[in-house]
Amino acid sequence: MSAIGISKESIKTIMQNEQTTPTPTAVKAAAQPAAARMAPSKRPSARSLKLRSFFEWLLPPVFGVLAMIAVWTLISYQSPNLPGPVSTWHSAVELFSDPFYNNSPNDQGIGWNILASLERVGLGFGLAALVGIPLGFIIGRFQFMSRMAAPIIGILRPVSPLAWLPIGLLVFKAANPAAIWVIFISAIWPMIINTAVGVSKVPQDYMNVAKVLNLSEWKIVTKILFPFVLPYMMTGVRLSIGVAWLVIVAAEMLTGGVGIGFWVWDEWNNLNVEHIIIAIFVVGIVGLLLELALTSLARRFSYE
Amino acid sequence: MEKIVQEKYVQLENVNMTFFTKKGTFEALKNVNFSIREGEFISIIGHSGCGKSTVLNLIAGLLQPTDGNLFCAGREIAGPGPERAVVFQNHSLLPWLTCSENVYLAVERVFGATETKVQLKKRTQAAIELVGLAHAADKRPNEISGGMKQRVGIARALAMEPKVLLLDEPFGALDALTRAHLQDELMAIMAKSGCTAVMVTHDVDEAVLLSDRIVMMTNGPAATIGDILDVELARPRKRLELAEDSHYNHLRSEVLKFLYERHAKKAA
Ligand SMILES: Nc1ncnc2c1ncn2[C@@H]1O[C@H](COP(=O)(O)OP(=O)(O)O)[C@@H](O)[C@H]1O
Ligand SMILES: [Mg+2]
Repeated sequence: MSAIGISKESIKTIMQNEQTTPTPTAVKAAAQPAAARMAPSKRPSARSLKLRSFFEWLLPPVFGVLAMIAVWTLISYQSPNLPGPVSTWHSAVELFSDPFYNNSPNDQGIGWNILASLERVGLGFGLAALVGIPLGFIIGRFQFMSRMAAPIIGILRPVSPLAWLPIGLLVFKAANPAAIWVIFISAIWPMIINTAVGVSKVPQDYMNVAKVLNLSEWKIVTKILFPFVLPYMMTGVRLSIGVAWLVIVAAEMLTGGVGIGFWVWDEWNNLNVEHIIIAIFVVGIVGLLLELALTSLARRFSYE
Repeated sequence: MEKIVQEKYVQLENVNMTFFTKKGTFEALKNVNFSIREGEFISIIGHSGCGKSTVLNLIAGLLQPTDGNLFCAGREIAGPGPERAVVFQNHSLLPWLTCSENVYLAVERVFGATETKVQLKKRTQAAIELVGLAHAADKRPNEISGGMKQRVGIARALAMEPKVLLLDEPFGALDALTRAHLQDELMAIMAKSGCTAVMVTHDVDEAVLLSDRIVMMTNGPAATIGDILDVELARPRKRLELAEDSHYNHLRSEVLKFLYERHAKKAA
């Protein structure tokens, strides 16, 4: 998760650098004496500058991907069991040409598997939001509740999500709800904590306004707390969905059924390593898309 | 109908304020006594950190004194209330609401129970127009200048039709020109509304120009009232005429003497 964040930050700084690099050139061009200005053909036009900065922006990530493929190719030459990019690509084309077939409960297209996993994540995550966000508000708002919740959160949060699976199986007596339960319990903490932190950070000035205006608790929540906390909440939501997506693969490996995690396990049993590599990419790309979607959603909700 | 002006409209009696912090106790105010006449404009002046805001927050009801009593209109001040509106130092507008929504929030709270939505909207608009911001009513606070924000803060306070208006360094963060402009406007508004006002300031000219009386505070800890200066200048006051006025300049130097001779603050 944080790795994604860091790499995105660095991409952003790279982008900014790329955007600022043309400026000195432009300044220099403008500052050059009349002699230089008389030969306008030498000066790059605005359009070509734009094009150049676009390529400068695009090249590093492309190089990154190419480097990854190169390393992968090298390793696959060394170890004969690991399929290389080419055979994986062929396998992927075949796989994605029919993503929604349905032969039997244990033999379904990759599309169904992805959707099944997304559904579990959506359910577990949605329940976690439904419980976690109001809980975060209560904990952030009332000192007593915060003190009360501190030991519970402190003890339960560091527990590995999969440690909750047996409890889920025991209580629900079925694999699917148990997997959703694991998602729920691992996705709830970032939402509780970020919401509570947001509430506790509401500036005293705003609370003084509320006091002077004698606002009702309902107005305080809707007009002051909620708008202020929204960006914090969205951070929690983003972290949560990241965790949920991380956990789902492992949970499904253990519970079975339809889902990308179980699919990986199944392909391992079939010794279809190409498919495992494809699954890794699919999981990564879906996770990235979720992250991007929520980031843009969060940006929309920020009042700044 | 003749209205009887209450001599002791707001009253502070032997007010002590001690803060209990992690680092120990801090006695901010000791034995503060003064009263404010109805309709009077009072300034509280003193060096930074002496306890001006604390006095204002006590009157606002945002703080409770450790000792002593505060009254407003004959009743003990038990907590904050809309009859004592506050204009905060840093405007404290809610950034996610437009200017008029910020004002509406206050209007709704005070008059919502007795008036229709249309009337509430009218009040909001009137308050925004009063401070000359009709053109910016639908803008968010971060889209307008500091001076405009402070005006919205004043509009929000005035829209509540308070008995007492409390202002904490309302123009402290503004440039000199904007500040002068807003001071003139505030004077005009106060003349119209006739409500009682307490303003915290550290600007000597502002204090003399706006006030009927200036409450001068000694330095903390255990700050108290050093002196109270009557400002007997006829209203309406014009800043340009006053600049040449000998009485104005005398009052000004009285305050300066208090601040820089009798209670000079050691350089930090
Ligand atoms: N909530 C608080 N807790 C502890 N100390 C405080 C608190 N509020 C104010 N003080 C202290 O009381 C003194 C007076 O503060 P304040 O009234 O804000 O001063 P002024 O407004 O005159 O600059 C300062 O020394 C300040 O540190
Ligand atoms: Mg202050």
